[in-house]
Amino acid sequence: MTVPLRFRLVLIATTLVALGLVAPRAGGQETARITVAYTQFTLANGLDVILHEDHSVPLVAVNAWYHVGSAREKPGRTGFAHLFEHIMFEGSGHVPEGDFDNWLEAAGGDNNGSTDNDRTNYWETVPSNALELALFLESDRMGYLLNAMSPEKVNGQRDVVKNERRQSYENRPYGMAFLKLPEEVFPVGHPYHWPVIGSMEDLTAASYEDVVQFFKSYYGPSNTTLVVAGDIDPVEARRLVEKWFSDVPRSAPVPPISAPTPVLTSEKRVTLEDKVQLPQLFIGWLTPSYFHPGDETMDVLARVLASGKNSRLYKRLVYDLQIAQDVSAGQNSGALGSMFLVTATAREGHGLSEIEKVIAEEIAKIKNDPPATRELERAVNQIESAFYGALERVGGFGGKADRLNLYEFYTGRPDYFTEDLARYTSLDPRDLQSAARAYLKDDARLVLSVVPAGKKSLAAEKKP
Amino acid sequence: MNRATRSVAALLALLLAHPLSAQTAAAAKPDRSKPPALGPVRALKLPPVQKLRLSNGVAVLLVEQHEVPVVQVSVVARAGAGADPRGKPGLASLTADMLDEGAGSRSALEIADELDYLGAALGTGASWDATSVGLHAPLKRFAAALPIFADVALRPTFPSAELDRVRKDRLTELLQLRDEPRAIASIAFANALYGRDHRYGTAVIGTETSVRALSRADLALFHERTFTPANSAIVVVGDVTAASVQSELEKAFGGWKAPAGSAPEGVPAAPQVSSRGIWIVDKPGSAQSEIRIGRIGPPRSTRDYFALTVMNTILGGSFTSRLMQNLREQHGYAYGARSSFDFRLSTGPFVAAAAVQTDKTAPALTEFFKELEAIRKTVTEAEVVKARNYVALSFPSDVETTGDIASKLAEQFLYDLPGDWLDSYVSRIGAVSLDDVRRVATEYVDPGKVAVVVVGDRSKIEAEVRSLNLGPIKVLSVNELFGAAKK
Repeated sequence: MTVPLRFRLVLIATTLVALGLVAPRAGGQETARITVAYTQFTLANGLDVILHEDHSVPLVAVNAWYHVGSAREKPGRTGFAHLFEHIMFEGSGHVPEGDFDNWLEAAGGDNNGSTDNDRTNYWETVPSNALELALFLESDRMGYLLNAMSPEKVNGQRDVVKNERRQSYENRPYGMAFLKLPEEVFPVGHPYHWPVIGSMEDLTAASYEDVVQFFKSYYGPSNTTLVVAGDIDPVEARRLVEKWFSDVPRSAPVPPISAPTPVLTSEKRVTLEDKVQLPQLFIGWLTPSYFHPGDETMDVLARVLASGKNSRLYKRLVYDLQIAQDVSAGQNSGALGSMFLVTATAREGHGLSEIEKVIAEEIAKIKNDPPATRELERAVNQIESAFYGALERVGGFGGKADRLNLYEFYTGRPDYFTEDLARYTSLDPRDLQSAARAYLKDDARLVLSVVPAGKKSLAAEKKP
Repeated sequence: MNRATRSVAALLALLLAHPLSAQTAAAAKPDRSKPPALGPVRALKLPPVQKLRLSNGVAVLLVEQHEVPVVQVSVVARAGAGADPRGKPGLASLTADMLDEGAGSRSALEIADELDYLGAALGTGASWDATSVGLHAPLKRFAAALPIFADVALRPTFPSAELDRVRKDRLTELLQLRDEPRAIASIAFANALYGRDHRYGTAVIGTETSVRALSRADLALFHERTFTPANSAIVVVGDVTAASVQSELEKAFGGWKAPAGSAPEGVPAAPQVSSRGIWIVDKPGSAQSEIRIGRIGPPRSTRDYFALTVMNTILGGSFTSRLMQNLREQHGYAYGARSSFDFRLSTGPFVAAAAVQTDKTAPALTEFFKELEAIRKTVTEAEVVKARNYVALSFPSDVETTGDIASKLAEQFLYDLPGDWLDSYVSRIGAVSLDDVRRVATEYVDPGKVAVVVVGDRSKIEAEVRSLNLGPIKVLSVNELFGAAKK
């Protein structure tokens, strides 16, 4: 799923060489231990701090997770958590507008941020001599953002975010489907019902006062975890974190968010028309939330269904029948619920009913018979490799610092790597069968068809 | 709550617990009146690039990296889409795509099954200058994956049934490009800049006509001529040693022999754009207009490579660049704006680009041209210092992972770069002066002689764009750009 980011510097040119990337485990082996050593402490104002040493390159990753995402938004203000994320880069009490980026770039640093349903993350990756600069900047916006806030800044980023919405959704083939999916799969009233990017009307309505209120409610140190990872001396890093963050005032506690487990009680069929050549099918189900039992099974089931030429759906739809251009499956995990999504694009001359029928047949096969052990191991080995691949980079989205924060947020254990991997290696083929039966129900799902304008006959029709 | 009161309470608590250290830790608020000074830069110490040679003469570039137990290995052949024969654009790309569709004694499904089972990721692809095969694998499975990888690179079988399938996939991909504004803009820009007869004037994957016509014999011949020991290098980065990897590579690649043959033809330098022309590609209903403005740039071998890198960083290669600040931060017309030089073996494009909201298309074009003029007239020493520092000091991020380093080694081989280029990169960037930046801005950015492409809703943008009087305007539909889709 698309996560709104502060910006993308997409390369226009073709990349130099297309090299495969992802990485390690293999079948029938004991699971490796993945050790990411860390130290953790809490400042008097409640800021949770995690340090990790890695001297392989002279870089330091500073990574802050504010435990607030679009799930906290109020009616009429959808998209606000992400708009707020943008505003965090526009200067703070002691950082003039523009200098957040100017100072970081002058030091050789990069930065970015992203917002999803559950959290907002911010990172700076800097040469290790610029650690203190990054901590100064991160602490200044945590402590003094409002000292430099103005309605003009809100207006400026409102325009940018509206253009992000146009670029990532409205002007992108099939993009509108991703705005529709959460609205149809999560019921009205559930905090995941609206898309993270929000509606144009709500973005227009967002006010300066909303910024003030949101900052006071959610952007205090006790709602935040800060990871400093890379080429650091932990004693010196701790001293610098204490120096720069101790004067940030303690914030009011944020009440935990909760929501009833979302349920779909029937099959919904929705058709959208878009400016596209070929129809695309989305089938969405509600599944167990992040790190809850069953979540990992759906990750593996997604790979058994649609990762690699030998996966069930790819083999049937794309390789053998050649009626689909592509097929994918994925578990989109969240703290308050997850969505399992299967997507396929029909080739010319084929409609989505034909595609849907094959998907249904393949899911029925797994419900009837557990997949082969080799299919399970193939999927789990790929997952294990991805774990190693993610350890190669310390900063940025998905690097080690970001991962430590993710585990801390969702499990309370920054070094949950080994346990996380064990969730997958402990699975049995029958677990996949049970999960398919329990969650991939025909009478509790969304079937969304996106068809070329004027060609509703290509949509997936309900069987008579 | 009152901040001052709480700070005092916190200070008292700390004093009681640690009477000495507390004075330094939290005795006073930090001085926020200016950003903290940077410490001395810690030098990046790159592990050495080791040059090995197999018994058949194949060159191996190796960097040992023992941080994570993984290995990245690539075979890089110095001939990509730029070496597509006349009338056969897309051959390198289709050949690369077909390498893992049957190789040695294994079928396409067997290759995928075995590598997936090993948790090894295989990638094949063609860029303008190279056709390559890459493998990223856990160390413990590297030895098992290597023979399959060698088969894919050296012994593809190009089964006819698989070619039919992959061809269908490519034709559908070409059909789908008509939906994607960014792809339409890229193809229109290449067309406008180079003309359809120059290889750089169409996409790497070719055209519908050419993809339909490519034969199995074309692929086999391209592979035979391209993947030769004399024309290729093996790049290895990861948790291995020279001694161990040499014998493994010798087993997998030592028997690789092929006639030297004639080196693939290169791409001729293209004539420079001599006046300003505008193409409007009509995409009705677009929420944004995709803008591309640019001209033909120098090849990778240019002496101005480092100066251009610094100049482009100032113009549109970083978040604080002029284009990003103007189009996004100052005017809010776009989510992002950028520029780049695509350095290739021959003369690749220079392009400035953004997706702007439809009703701001003309004002955005005006701002683009303002910045393209301004970079030729005023650049300050402070901007050059910031850009130099940004590029040079962030270099460690470019050589962090096994994949990062492998890309750099491939670049070294493809462009025949000096053996010390990675070690000297930072100092070469540091040596770029304000005069250098001014000179290359004047020489390579010439907003009076550019191709301009706007992909958007003609009914909403044409009149406004015409009123800017930028130059002759050609309007075309998406179908005119791609050719009518054959059913």
